[in-house]
Amino acid sequence: MDANATTPLLPEVLEAMRPWLLESFGNASSVHHYGQQARAAVEAARGHIARLLNCREGEVVFTSGGTESDNLAVFGLVKPGDHVITSQLEHHAVLHATERLQSRGIETTFLSTTPDGRIDPEQVRAALRPNTALISIMMANNETGVIQPVEEIGRIATEADVWFHTDAVQAAGKIPIDVQAIGCDLLSISGHKFHAPQGTGVLFLRRGTQIEPLFFGGTHERQRRAGTENVAGIVGLGKAAEIAAAGLTNGTMNKVAALRDRLEKGILERVQHVGVNGAGARVPNTTNLYFEQLEGEALVIALDLKGIAVSGGSACASGALDPSHVLRGMGLSPERARASLRFSLTKLNTEADIEAALEIIPSAVSRLRELAPVNAGTLG
Amino acid sequence: MPESLNNTIAVAMSGGVDSSTVAAMLKDEGYELVGLTLQLWNQRRLSGKEGMPEAVQGRCCSIDDVYDARRVAETLGIPYYVMNEQERFERDVVKPFVSEYLAGRTPIPCSLCNNHLKFDQLLVRARQIGADRIATGHYARNEYDPARNRWILKRPADLSKDQTYFLFGLTQEQLSRTLFPLGNYQKPQVREIAAQHSLALASKPDSQEICFIPGGDYKQFIDAYLDEQGESIPDTAGELVTTSGAVLGHHGGIHNFTIGQRKGLGISSPNPLYVLQIDHESHRVTVGGGDESTTQEVKARELNWISIPELTGEMRVRVKIRHRHEPAWATLRTTAPDEAAATFDEPQRAVTPGQAAVFFDGDEVVGGGWISR
Repeated sequence: MDANATTPLLPEVLEAMRPWLLESFGNASSVHHYGQQARAAVEAARGHIARLLNCREGEVVFTSGGTESDNLAVFGLVKPGDHVITSQLEHHAVLHATERLQSRGIETTFLSTTPDGRIDPEQVRAALRPNTALISIMMANNETGVIQPVEEIGRIATEADVWFHTDAVQAAGKIPIDVQAIGCDLLSISGHKFHAPQGTGVLFLRRGTQIEPLFFGGTHERQRRAGTENVAGIVGLGKAAEIAAAGLTNGTMNKVAALRDRLEKGILERVQHVGVNGAGARVPNTTNLYFEQLEGEALVIALDLKGIAVSGGSACASGALDPSHVLRGMGLSPERARASLRFSLTKLNTEADIEAALEIIPSAVSRLRELAPVNAGTLG
Repeated sequence: MPESLNNTIAVAMSGGVDSSTVAAMLKDEGYELVGLTLQLWNQRRLSGKEGMPEAVQGRCCSIDDVYDARRVAETLGIPYYVMNEQERFERDVVKPFVSEYLAGRTPIPCSLCNNHLKFDQLLVRARQIGADRIATGHYARNEYDPARNRWILKRPADLSKDQTYFLFGLTQEQLSRTLFPLGNYQKPQVREIAAQHSLALASKPDSQEICFIPGGDYKQFIDAYLDEQGESIPDTAGELVTTSGAVLGHHGGIHNFTIGQRKGLGISSPNPLYVLQIDHESHRVTVGGGDESTTQEVKARELNWISIPELTGEMRVRVKIRHRHEPAWATLRTTAPDEAAATFDEPQRAVTPGQAAVFFDGDEVVGGGWISR
């Protein structure tokens, strides 16, 4: 139940990739027919991405994942003297990249969120400066699932003639993405969040947006991203995008929402002193719950040992958990942030998974609360 | 045995050879294991501040040690987790460590860590996730004695690695839930067992220093920590005096001194001089020759008893007053509620407030407390 971290590769996706791993091995930049076959496969995948995002094929830049896409967007447009607006809700890929710009002397604004976990578009408008060059606000939050008002922010950006990037990594495959409706200039997605292989991603780059590449080398991806194409990965990403697009209209995501709601309701009914972090429209697969008087890190471990994988906070370098900066940014106390866990489902979860979780979670929570640490030590 | 406990054991893994070998040994014995590492301190936190090393390798809680511990868990095929206990460590170990020094005492952070983190918090966490007991790589022995109905902490087979001095604060409840699998082994045997299990760190050097103080310079650490906290070192500069009150010179602050210290006094003298006393009110530091630095009696407070339920009357014990001290014969008696005094047969050098006094009866740890004077 940690689909917002990663999702399993679908068998159909692996099948689509298989020839490009085992049989064909062309370099998509080569002139000969091996290269041409690989090129055709990459371009077919580009078509699937373009349909998922409602953009032109030429606006799709393949990358190594969400982090690269975010970094390319943040570093690729901003010049000395510019101002950047982003938020405390963002993934570290945007947050730390923007902090890096800040340390290089770029002006930055990190917007706070409402207690519901939402960015107020009027705050974005108020933060605009004459030298604002870029607004980067995510489409859906990875921890709470709360959907951000990106279309309103897009209008504000257009009016102000400012580039707008949205990190849609947690939206892709879960809710429809239409870059025309959003009005964004850049948009990041990551393959492994919707059953494509890890190490694949896309930056949508609106035609006419001149970007400074992160990598220099060959002329791949129309000189926007040097490096030999990961043909098998891109093919897998295209297949996963095709399947994800279908899932948005054939009821698959509605089923995921029903499972999520059942899990959330079940926990709220069976466990005392529990609440939901974040409110309003959310992606269908995510719920973030706080369990009063409980250390989330210990519950993550206790549940893992019983076969339920969830997450709480963000892993620091050692693998220990730090309280979520997103929840802290929503104004939650450190205690409540530490007492919070994220449950995120995929379409592969079943009703039986939910029932099993609803059996295990209440008893794990009561064991933790029963053995809550005393603050005082024994001595000293 | 007082209580039946389950077969799941949480192994406190530091990434060193001792705790890694504990995991390998218990795995062989058929226990269900969970490897846990407490993330106690961010080694990069004070790096780059004046006097502090820029980068530190191979210290406790460093990324490298966590990596080593994780690799051992993977090799053994046991689940492994890192728990973030940085706030508690700072509150219960680092802050008291700093304030003790500023008050002219010489603290033992390892005992504070054992009392507050390793055998308190870790045990609670272990039980929360379903392990009734913990195991650590300490060199000590721990046995239940049905005759006394008590858990007895004993010195280990390898006396050169004896860590019982740091474990005097363990309660009966904690001892009943703790395994010290290395207690009957010599260190070279432990390295051999690690090598037999193909643990890559079998020859990793032992750690020696206070884990959160890279390079071991506690004065620089205190400076850097107070600077980070936006606090300044309280001005405790004062006089250096002899036992007869003659002023030999001035010093820059009492936190620069430890009882028994000989180097760095900033005065020259034909005979070696030792710090005898640190007065945290007058900021006066008394120094004297080696023959003046001995004490007949040590008083300890905040007592914990292990082999006995409580001290009644007098008891003949051997007393250890610092980690590298050879326990000395003394007679122990109660002097006030939660205070005991030990009168040594032979006067002892450098009795240091802030350190622990641990009482032994043969191999057994009778109990211990914090030296008050």
